[in-house]
Amino acid sequence: MLKKYTFPMGGIHVNKYKLTSASAIIEAGLPEFVTIPVKQHIGAPSKIIVAKGDKVKVGTLLADFDGVVSSDVHSSVSGEIIKMETTPNAAGYEETMITIKVEGDDWEKSIDRSTAIVREINLSPQEIVQKIRESGIVGMGGAGFPTPIKTSVPEGKKAEILIVNGIECEPFLTADDRLMVEKAEQIIVGARLLNRALGIQNAIIAIDENKPAAIAELQRLSKLYVGVNVRVCQTKYPQGGEKQLIRAITGREVPSGKLPIDTGCVVQNVGTVNAVYEAVLKNKPLFERVVTVSGNACANPSNYLVRVGTPVSYLIDKTLSDVAGLDKIILGGPMMGTPITNINAPVTKLTSGVLLLSGAQFCKQPSTSCIRCAQCARVCPAGLRPYVIKDAMLYDGGIDELRRLHAAECIECGCCAYTCPAHLPLLDYCKLAKQELRKK
Amino acid sequence: MLKISTSPHLQTPRDTRSLMRDVVIALLPAALAAVAFFGIEALTVILTSVAACVMFEYLVCRYWFKIPNTTGDYSAVITGLLLAYNLPSSMPCWMILIGAFVAIVITKMCFGGLGCNIFNPALAGRVFLFISFPVQMTNWPLPHWGSLFAPDGRTGATTLRMLKTFGKVSDGAQQMYTLDDLPNLFDMFIGNTGGCIGEISALALLLGGGWLIFRKVITWHIPVVYISTVVALVGILYVFTGNERFLPLPHLLSGGLLLGAIFMATDYTTSPMTIKGQLIFAVGCGVLTVVIRAFSAYPEGVSFAILIMNALVPLIDRYAVQRFYGEKK
Amino acid sequence: MIYALLTNVGILGGVALISAVVLYLVSQKFKVEPDVLADDIAQLLPQANCGGCGFAGCADFARACAKADEEEFSGLLCPVGGNAVMSKIAVRKGFNFGGGARKVAVLRCQGDCAAAPSKVSYDAVSSCRIAGQISIGSSGCPQGCLHLGDCVKMCKFGALSFDKATMLPVVNTKLCTACGACVKACPRALFELRPLSPKGALVYTACRNIQKGAIARKNCRNACIGCAKCFRLNPKVVVENNLSTIPPEVDADACGAELRDTCPTGAIVYKEKADA
Repeated sequence: MLKKYTFPMGGIHVNKYKLTSASAIIEAGLPEFVTIPVKQHIGAPSKIIVAKGDKVKVGTLLADFDGVVSSDVHSSVSGEIIKMETTPNAAGYEETMITIKVEGDDWEKSIDRSTAIVREINLSPQEIVQKIRESGIVGMGGAGFPTPIKTSVPEGKKAEILIVNGIECEPFLTADDRLMVEKAEQIIVGARLLNRALGIQNAIIAIDENKPAAIAELQRLSKLYVGVNVRVCQTKYPQGGEKQLIRAITGREVPSGKLPIDTGCVVQNVGTVNAVYEAVLKNKPLFERVVTVSGNACANPSNYLVRVGTPVSYLIDKTLSDVAGLDKIILGGPMMGTPITNINAPVTKLTSGVLLLSGAQFCKQPSTSCIRCAQCARVCPAGLRPYVIKDAMLYDGGIDELRRLHAAECIECGCCAYTCPAHLPLLDYCKLAKQELRKK
Repeated sequence: MLKISTSPHLQTPRDTRSLMRDVVIALLPAALAAVAFFGIEALTVILTSVAACVMFEYLVCRYWFKIPNTTGDYSAVITGLLLAYNLPSSMPCWMILIGAFVAIVITKMCFGGLGCNIFNPALAGRVFLFISFPVQMTNWPLPHWGSLFAPDGRTGATTLRMLKTFGKVSDGAQQMYTLDDLPNLFDMFIGNTGGCIGEISALALLLGGGWLIFRKVITWHIPVVYISTVVALVGILYVFTGNERFLPLPHLLSGGLLLGAIFMATDYTTSPMTIKGQLIFAVGCGVLTVVIRAFSAYPEGVSFAILIMNALVPLIDRYAVQRFYGEKK
Repeated sequence: MIYALLTNVGILGGVALISAVVLYLVSQKFKVEPDVLADDIAQLLPQANCGGCGFAGCADFARACAKADEEEFSGLLCPVGGNAVMSKIAVRKGFNFGGGARKVAVLRCQGDCAAAPSKVSYDAVSSCRIAGQISIGSSGCPQGCLHLGDCVKMCKFGALSFDKATMLPVVNTKLCTACGACVKACPRALFELRPLSPKGALVYTACRNIQKGAIARKNCRNACIGCAKCFRLNPKVVVENNLSTIPPEVDADACGAELRDTCPTGAIVYKEKADA
């Protein structure tokens, strides 16, 4: 019996709905047009270096990083740039995007398209970080923090452990699961690359126990490599949260107001690690990713390898699903994902799933009065008391009260609102409280 | 048309109604025990109380608050059941109506309805009746297992009343009891003793408590700590005084301790929110119960103990907070 | 008996005496010099404590008035009491009071259900702030009203109500005190405090959409398309970013009706007797 790692504070068990854990990754193919946002990461928008009318190839640099926290953006298709204006994003707001008309599938010469796995690592740490930077890699778990910054340890801090986050605790999503099954060796080599960049010898791949195929494959392969180990974690939401995962694997807690690196841990999503492998050893920039298209109203749920910029509506058509009767389309998982207002919005580097949902269980139930059961506080993985934060927001408790309640520590996982028997929108109040605190 | 809503897009099927329904189910064994030992009279008390509570809540919603009817969430049913369980089977119906009025209208709805009351409604109703009608509230018909109707108007003292008078000189009006007068432990366990209709059967109450913990409606903390505190303190008194009125087992099995600890001290609204707070609350209830049972004029102190601790809940909630992630140890 | 009585009187008297001494000492130690002028001014204020003046309540505003010299004083305004109250304060301070026009809040959006039909439905907590973060809103206009009434909740004077038919908030100009609470509450800054003309008229562009005309019109029939017809009629009107803005200097009495009639989309609102 293996020891199963988990975090002790809060957490919930949700229905998994993993419909696609056995469906292999399929290439989604090329749409007619792609719209590539120039900001797909946390930080400053990238600086566009191409012009309308330019011909681009797959992997051509479109926008350069601008400032300290930023990232490169590459073309995901070959063709002609026809529009560089604002285009509505998933929420409907206008955002600067580059629209490319697809012509053929012509890749940059430098990209190694063979499937043979490169195992040799002859690069220095600086060269690895430089390659990651040039390939526009960002955290693909959803936060979108530029990876080169995370892989260069700041002065005075020391990395000890690299945690590869293979925990996909959101219901429905299986993109990371399939990636681990199909690209297991790439992920292990990618982890070794990151190890080298960080100057450490210790990488831990954390997987939750409901992915037996991925666990078996990675455990088998990790025996062949030094310094890469697999740890099995309990299936519990939000096990994949950065702070929760660090607590589960190392027993350390990220102190309030500090960064994960202060505990000596660097956490990277498996998708990111795979992208690092492809970027450093195959010269392939980040322009495609695995997206789970699923949901109870999805006709043929599956995992697709999708070019960045592909419209969501193209993916939905691909599954032959009917949009007419849908209640909701969600980008990401049902716990933390955002609803779609504009169905033609593009898939970005951060889109892990497209969920087509219908039925009352996915809609908000009318809320009743709080019965003070304190379930929200018991399931909060940050140890907060959402019911008090709610009262503070409703009755204007003031900024000092919010600070006293540590509302800024909320990780927005949604456990509180999920669990509330009165169906109160507790997470919304917590988000508002966080904004209040940020304003001051 | 697509719906736009904030995350999470999933919600638990365990809503307020389903939690409260589980509490009602957990209370049913005690109702069966009550009817089995006190017959049709107990059934009358239970039905009157439940009907009155639901009616009062409906009337308040309809004519005073002018809000949609909230009786569908079963909370008024629970209040009605608990109020009935705290009354003797000989209680006149009009008094039950008054108790239900105090419980629902004054203790619950005047404070804003479900989730806003400071005191446990059923207990407040019971204490109001206890103070207003002490004679009727301490008239304990003897149990009559197996027959629906009471064979005659025989009444007797409850176990706790007997314990209270151990070793005291009879003052003429009051009978003096000894250890031999106590019902045997098995009778106490299944409920074949005098007392309030819902509190007599420890077996039925434990079954209900097991159901609540199994369905994760409550955690074990409040009941277990409350009961252990009472047993431990009574045990200490017994060891130090050697007085048989402090025998722990009769104190555990008789009176409202189990009913109070399992169903009333665990009421969400009137108990602390954090586990730490619940432990303080449970110990406080236990200490007060023993103090009242041992040193006051009343034989039983569970209702008063819980009500006093209810008043302290906001204070406990303010100071007994849980640790947050990343807090310095 | 008499002894017991005297003891009680003695003890109580002693307690009273000690308490009196303690109270006297404490009040001496923490003595607050009363500001007679500020107290007098506070008496004149409406005591709504709305914060519309920018100070933390009426007492704070009164202290600011008491301290202000004539120039500073002219910059202070109690929006609730208006000129009537300010002139009284000026008399108390011995200043001359010029006075200004009464301001009211106006809603710069006409995206009602008919003009800007919903494309998605909103199904979450009723808060414009939250709704605006997760979506552009049901109509698709990035500057339009979100129909969830954050402003109505913030109005302390009952001047805002929610019209169920149009799904837009309605300003009751009579009750509006221009406290500015709605201006702060609206996440899309749709409220503006505008001075009433001498005859009590108002003219303003009831739109804030800065998208190109065609896109704006696609989402909302009443959108301003930046055609600048109003600018040609009255050069004081500012048209930039595809949006016309009518500054308060434009004389609503003189050309309000013309401005309204010249607008092809009906984005310009003219109310002849806004106060009535």
